[in-house]
Amino acid sequence: MMGYKISGYCVIRNFSIWVNHERCIQSSTTSLEEFLVAAYTQINMNYPRYYKMDSLSKVGILAAELLWRDAKIIRPDSPESIAVILSNAHASLDTDVRYWESAKKQASPALFVYTLPNIVTGEICIRHNLKGENAFFIAERFDPVLLSDYAGMVLDQPGTKLCMGGWLDVMNDHHDVFLYLMEKSEDGNSAEEIRATLNTIYQLDYGKINS
Amino acid sequence: MKTRVHVVGAGVISAIGNSQAESLEAFRQETSGIGYMTVLDSIHKNKLPVGEVRLTNQQLSERTGAGAELTRTALLGLHAAQEAKHDSGISSWSQWRTGFISGTTVGGMDKTEDFFLDFIQDTSTGDLGKVVNHACGRSTELIADALGVNHFVSTINTACSSSVNSIIYGARLIAGGKLDIVVAGGTDALTRFTLNGFNSLLILDHAPCRPFDANRGGLNLGEGAGYVVLVSDAVRKHEKLISKCTVSGFANTNDAFHQTASSPDGKGSFAAMQQALLKSGLQPEAIDYINLHGTATLNNDLSEGTAVKRLFGDTIPRVSSTKAFTGHTLGASGGMEAVFSVMAIQHQCVFPNLRFQEPIPEVGIVPQLQFEKGIGVRHVMSNSFGFGGNCSSIIFSAVKNDQA
Amino acid sequence: MEKLIADLKKQIVEALNLKHLKPEDIGDDEPLFVEGLGLDSIDALELIVLLQQQYNIKISNPQEGPKIFKSVKTIAAYITAHQTA
Repeated sequence: MMGYKISGYCVIRNFSIWVNHERCIQSSTTSLEEFLVAAYTQINMNYPRYYKMDSLSKVGILAAELLWRDAKIIRPDSPESIAVILSNAHASLDTDVRYWESAKKQASPALFVYTLPNIVTGEICIRHNLKGENAFFIAERFDPVLLSDYAGMVLDQPGTKLCMGGWLDVMNDHHDVFLYLMEKSEDGNSAEEIRATLNTIYQLDYGKINS
Repeated sequence: MKTRVHVVGAGVISAIGNSQAESLEAFRQETSGIGYMTVLDSIHKNKLPVGEVRLTNQQLSERTGAGAELTRTALLGLHAAQEAKHDSGISSWSQWRTGFISGTTVGGMDKTEDFFLDFIQDTSTGDLGKVVNHACGRSTELIADALGVNHFVSTINTACSSSVNSIIYGARLIAGGKLDIVVAGGTDALTRFTLNGFNSLLILDHAPCRPFDANRGGLNLGEGAGYVVLVSDAVRKHEKLISKCTVSGFANTNDAFHQTASSPDGKGSFAAMQQALLKSGLQPEAIDYINLHGTATLNNDLSEGTAVKRLFGDTIPRVSSTKAFTGHTLGASGGMEAVFSVMAIQHQCVFPNLRFQEPIPEVGIVPQLQFEKGIGVRHVMSNSFGFGGNCSSIIFSAVKNDQA
Repeated sequence: MEKLIADLKKQIVEALNLKHLKPEDIGDDEPLFVEGLGLDSIDALELIVLLQQQYNIKISNPQEGPKIFKSVKTIAAYITAHQTA
């Protein structure tokens, strides 16, 4: 029966990055800003636009980059067949506050454009040339039901083959990132099983993995 | 068999009126809602024209029965959602699996910014951060509670396409048999936050906006809310409801070009319109009217116009941007314009594109210039595009009510 | 003029977050947009903010941007011409 499969994931938590269960970046800093620059330098990305982004877009770009590099799947040819479905709790609040501070003197256009959570979706789509369906949900906490059900509906449409999904939450130094690739698969799992898988991966204690 | 998705109710509030009926009258009279703000206090008060809802929070509270301490975003949303509920004629929601899906971009920012400055000093604790977020996400829950919907509640923020994406989500949940009734749309209040921000992007017109005009000078911000009530065939039959139309097609794509600007040739919007048509099974020439995104920025109108031209060729249907009446209401715009699209089918009319003088030379599209009634309006397309490259297009189609 | 150009380069790198560049990497005549430095429309808006904050020069019509912001040298020339003594 046709089902779904999680074909790779990336977690950014506690100033470390894990890709498919293996820690690939670790840092002793406790500043998210420093960590995001250090991680970018470490993965040799050469994408200067990164420096202009807000923290939410930076974590999204880092996670998406590492996810694609390590993904054990063949990328579909058509950019239109790849969807991006994301969610978080703090929307763009981290940048809203920074923008509001800038506005005391003079509102910064470069900050204002990041005062929407789905700009990170746009950044990921620009970087990886993804043109399929997008959605960005605001939820109190990571919601595997919402994410997997919506991704399932999108994947069930003709023309959609792959969905990048996840939870990207940032506020000041707080960061909680879980980005994954979900695809349709002949020997895949049911939507219920995918929910459980996502929940298991998200709930793992990453402090205890490869430490 | 898969159910169709019917629109059985609609509600809207904006600078041109507090209901569907008032909006229709404003369209008929060609009375724009753009002017200087009187409710919001801002340094741009007498400089930047906006589309402001004429009611104060106190008046909105009295009309909706909700507390005046609620955010303006929630009050506007509740006002429109209540009209939609009433308009639907559904006697009781409780026996159905009912959902409420709302798009918003500013959320509770109107309240938040009143004490934002105190806030900044304390965000390091993280606690106050949660309070703001609470306010942002809360607008949806507050409206859902007041409507008596608790089976399923969700908030979408994809910038200016948020509320169309809410309707798309609602339509899918009904088509997939997961819910029976969904109230979907969006709400956004005017705030200093967005005014100052859009002003910093230098895309605000200091005069009333001129969508699709060669000499357009940018957008006017607005506020409002718009919701539709979507039901399945089964609910419609059981409740003996009149279907205003069906949601026959929709699509969402990413332009993958720039954080805020649309690609000059409108690749993303073209794909959204094309895929929406494909899903509806309609040919381009079947579309009778397009409610354009038409923000009146140099970038959007050129990009959208190019995409419309490419898709429809020489036989472009009647098109207009109602933002010349209401201003650009951001996260609410798609919901409001969905309601206008439904009204176009219900009343067999199309709305004028105010202040148009000269077509954009690159595309040469002349929009609808007058309010026109008594023409066949069977299929209406509504476009909504948002920052982040998010492009949505949705199609509403007339339905014969004797078909069970 | 030379000092102004050197100052501008520093301010541009700082204001536009061009962390991959040193100020002296930017040529006086190097195109800032599209080819060359590859700045975009949001950068142009930040340059407008920069001119206002650092040099008290207000550009209200963004359509003027491409002409003024062609290179560091053209910005310097604009500042010199518009700075009130």
